Amino acid sequence: MKDRFNLYRFASPATFYPLAGTLIPYFAAISVIFGLAGLYLGMLVAPTDFQQGEGYRIIFIHVPASWMSMFIYLVMAFWAAIGLAFNTRLSGMMAQALAPTGALMAFLSLWTGALWGKPMWGAWWVWDARLTSELILLFLYIGYMALTAAIDDARRADKAGGLLLLVGVVNVPIIYFSVKWWNTLHQGSSVNLTKSSMAETMLWGMLLMAMCFWMYSIAVALMRVRTIMLERERNTDWVKAELGGQVAGGKK
Amino acid sequence: MLKIVSAVIGRDLKLAMRRQADIVSALFFFIIVVSLFPLGIGPEPDLLRKLAPGVLWVAALLATMLSLPRLFADDHRDGTLEQLALAPHPLGLVVTGKVIAHWLVSGLPLALIAPVLGIQFDLSADALLVLTGAILLGTPALSGIGAIGAALTLGLRGGGVLLSLLVLPLYIPVLIFGAGAVDATVTGLGGEGHLSLLAAITFASVGFAPWATAAALKIALE
Amino acid sequence: MLEADNLECVRGERRLFAGLNFKLEGGELLYLQGRNGAGKTSLLRMLIGLLPPEAGEIRWRGMAIDKLADEFRADLCYLGHLNAIKEELTPLENLLAAARLADEILSEDDAIDALEQVGLAGREDLACKYLSQGQKRRVALARLVTEKRPLWILDEPFVALDVAAVDWLAGIISGHLQRGGLAVMTTHQLVNIPAGQVRELRIGG
Repeated sequence: MKDRFNLYRFASPATFYPLAGTLIPYFAAISVIFGLAGLYLGMLVAPTDFQQGEGYRIIFIHVPASWMSMFIYLVMAFWAAIGLAFNTRLSGMMAQALAPTGALMAFLSLWTGALWGKPMWGAWWVWDARLTSELILLFLYIGYMALTAAIDDARRADKAGGLLLLVGVVNVPIIYFSVKWWNTLHQGSSVNLTKSSMAETMLWGMLLMAMCFWMYSIAVALMRVRTIMLERERNTDWVKAELGGQVAGGKK
Repeated sequence: MLKIVSAVIGRDLKLAMRRQADIVSALFFFIIVVSLFPLGIGPEPDLLRKLAPGVLWVAALLATMLSLPRLFADDHRDGTLEQLALAPHPLGLVVTGKVIAHWLVSGLPLALIAPVLGIQFDLSADALLVLTGAILLGTPALSGIGAIGAALTLGLRGGGVLLSLLVLPLYIPVLIFGAGAVDATVTGLGGEGHLSLLAAITFASVGFAPWATAAALKIALE
Repeated sequence: MLEADNLECVRGERRLFAGLNFKLEGGELLYLQGRNGAGKTSLLRMLIGLLPPEAGEIRWRGMAIDKLADEFRADLCYLGHLNAIKEELTPLENLLAAARLADEILSEDDAIDALEQVGLAGREDLACKYLSQGQKRRVALARLVTEKRPLWILDEPFVALDVAAVDWLAGIISGHLQRGGLAVMTTHQLVNIPAGQVRELRIGG
């Protein structure tokens, strides 16, 4: 996230808004390029797995989505910590803008996991430690979004949501290890999601897809943060200037 | 430091004694939920014995959830929460007192009644003992972690449902180790490992949660 | 002693006030005035440290109150528009519990004494839910007698009181000022405080 330094400097919404606006097309374009390259490698070039056939190719979506879902939660917790420590307005907005994307990634990971699991394990769902943790992560995202949505005052929503994120991030490793332990004790499935010996093209395909998801997440989060900014700062001069003619009554 | 904690505990216990109906209804909720399971899944003793730890623990989580929304809501409504926040002590200590009081009136009764309910599920004496111990050890963590959720959702519409949404995922480790301890005893593996992990979680959350709760309360009181 | 330096208050999206300054010394009373919604209660909540100001600083004895924390709160007695009493407890229990939480040493006799002063003699042992609004307010006011604090922050203290109680409260406040105490309060009623230096601050134009 090379824009993080910029974000810090452009911590005021009025200066960040146009910056985000110019950055979004670039991130979107890079995302498409990486995505096409990754899909080409993953779907056409990478060899068919001799055990799993063609069905394994879904991991080119599944694994990057899982990575992103975990990473976005960490980034949100990072923004939450910044927001609570320095009382910056932008951090809370960033955390809120990232949450739906994180939840989407967690959902995508579960969904593709189920699609993959049916042919591989013979069941849509198994109580594998990773799947279970991913499900709990989705719950954490939903809890965060529900909390911030329930609080009318934007400032309080940011702070309370931030605190929840920090509590969550402390708990995530505890939850992960307890689920893992629970899983080994109950000896459900011992299937491992990652193959130890991965063909080089597969690895490249996956990395390209991961980059695609990164760029997509950044672009979407920036778009969402712009919307949040306009809504929250609708009474300030810069928003009125930004919206120009369509001010009165245009936004609630 | 101890003085303020004990002052809060004393006040909350006295209030709870004046409103015994609350304690009793949460307890009966626990009893009824646990008793419903055999009716739903059949009276097969082997099956019941296998399900007992999970059923009892999930019911304990839900019964705790039931009493959480009122942890701060009453004090918030009548203004005493402000006065507690203005006491010349760190708010975390005040919250520690409230968490302990909450455990005494919600967690402790569950632990005391749990062995009786365990008999319904044909648990052995060993398993009953471990069950009681596990609930005794684990419920303080439920009160502690729950307090964070109660403070975050203080005064919000739909606070009770939201509270469950926030808190239940965080309860998962307690559920796993609590039920695991009983399960391991039933299957003859011994539950000591689970119990010590449960104790570690409880110590960590009772130590840490009141301060997070205090921060959440300050946000809610702004 | 109590100093507000360039305070700014934003609630929701509205800026209620900005650049607010005042300085209050021992023996002085500050009346906050302003129409409804001008930010009087918000200012009081800033002064007690529950609402962090958007900008500016509040100092007590020359130190920022958020730095002083416990030390500041040990000097403070706050009466909000909520009575902060428990309906299930009796006036006596309420007073004793409040004192314990506030770290005050209060004997039962002194507590009964205070309740007598506010005109609740004979009702010490009746649960507060059976008291009238005015009587509940008096239970809350009894804390002004039992807690010996130099700084009083009072939000509409005269509401729901009858004439006799208003006079009594005015007397209590002037006694507090004579002993060198400070008080900040909001009120819609014009009450004559017989002693002390009275100053006024109008918020929000």
